[in-house]
Amino acid sequence: MDFVYNLAGAALSTVLDVAPIIGILVLFQVAVLRKKLPNLRRIISGFICVLLGLTLFLIGLEEALFPIGETMVQQLTALDTGVSAEFTDTVNWQDYLLVYVFAGAIGFATTIAEPPLIAVAIKAQDVSGGAVNAWGLRLAVAAGVAVGVALGCFRIVTGTPLPWYIIAGYVVVIVLTFRSGRSIVPLAYDCGGVTTSTVTVPVVAALGLGLAANVPGRSPLIDGFGLIAFASVFPIMSVLGYAMIASWLNRGRNLKT
Amino acid sequence: MTAVLMLFAGRIIDAFRDLAPVIAVIAFFQIVVLQQSFPNLPDVVVGLVCVIAGLALFIQGLESGLFPLGESIAQEFSKKGSLTALLAFAFCLGFGTAVAEPALIAVAGEAAKVASEAGAIADSVEAQEAYAFNLRIVVAVSVGAAIVLGVLRILKGWPIHRLIIGGYVLVTVMTAFAPAEIIGIAYDSGGVTTSTVTVPLVTALGVGLARSIRGRNPMVDGFGLIAFACLMPIIFVLAYGMVV
Repeated sequence: MDFVYNLAGAALSTVLDVAPIIGILVLFQVAVLRKKLPNLRRIISGFICVLLGLTLFLIGLEEALFPIGETMVQQLTALDTGVSAEFTDTVNWQDYLLVYVFAGAIGFATTIAEPPLIAVAIKAQDVSGGAVNAWGLRLAVAAGVAVGVALGCFRIVTGTPLPWYIIAGYVVVIVLTFRSGRSIVPLAYDCGGVTTSTVTVPVVAALGLGLAANVPGRSPLIDGFGLIAFASVFPIMSVLGYAMIASWLNRGRNLKT
Repeated sequence: MTAVLMLFAGRIIDAFRDLAPVIAVIAFFQIVVLQQSFPNLPDVVVGLVCVIAGLALFIQGLESGLFPLGESIAQEFSKKGSLTALLAFAFCLGFGTAVAEPALIAVAGEAAKVASEAGAIADSVEAQEAYAFNLRIVVAVSVGAAIVLGVLRILKGWPIHRLIIGGYVLVTVMTAFAPAEIIGIAYDSGGVTTSTVTVPLVTALGVGLARSIRGRNPMVDGFGLIAFACLMPIIFVLAYGMVV
């Protein structure tokens, strides 16, 4: 019974979440474009699939993934603080190695499952005529998120200022931009934004807040933020890097044949 | 009928493959590292089945609904040739998706707590609610402005890296002057504004526009709308933190 209740609640919140977009689409279609869409029935049934799918997806995440993820985060972040924290004020960043490993692994895994990234990857493969491989792109983005989130946890533990990391990240992105082919740059910039969505944000936000609450000397309100920013900047680098490596490999292959 | 079933079976297998890394990571840490069993295993299994079925349905709807919709709207706007209507649509789409985004509502609430703890606003529920609401409006306006700028870029064929790098420089300069407690929230606000339904729609819109305008390449000009929607809120939230 609880489950049915949850399902109805999730369906309602999904519809409310999407309602403004549907309203705008209908308004402009009716008032401005004034033209019947081709394949209207197919589009509407597709929209219903999307809403139904998102509802099931979210309810499943809340039933299965998020509760385990949260307890896991609590246990992992509380794991190593015991002795060293009670006797000294200084935090030893090496005490949290397991947290960085977990952060990287879960960042990678949730990014692979992220629906907007799947959408952009499908579109990129389609538009580039196969030159950009959907799976290659997703793996590159996931690797970027993994490194970003792990580094973000290291920042929370050490308490170093967030802007240093993000601005350094920007500098690397700018350098890579000027060394990359023109056609990959917009896609790479987009990949920074699509990675942090339905699956990743709740898990990563819980990780940041849990870590900041458990590490002595850190405040969840001040230090808990910033992980999402890491997860948005690092994929840009990894996608630009992936494109460079892919083009080197292609060049090598072309030289051989 | 069998063709539909085959298609859906394929989608389920794909969805399972997409979820496999999450399942593996959680199982590994739960069993090997933390050495615990799964509490309420049946619930977890039911939840996973929902997630997989949901993802399969979403991808199906994406290809038959959201992508064609975004592209055909882009084509109709470019046929109609009214720049004002297109830019108004772009702004509404950005504003509308961001303002109702649950992740943004959550972040705005946290931000209000930080601001009242830091003494920037009064320590009352009303002050916090007003602050959170204003912040949401600021972010929603910034996302609307971002999509407008992004659409203009596609129409004019401006190189994206100049705009984005300009944005980075602006963020860097503003960081130096913004109050310390707003910086983390500002940087995070860029990531939370783009929802699961908006991303495919906006991507298809950009690619569709680039396809229907002569001289534009969908790969070079079509992507990039999301990038603006991520950068603009950072600038606007930093400015909000400096003003309030």
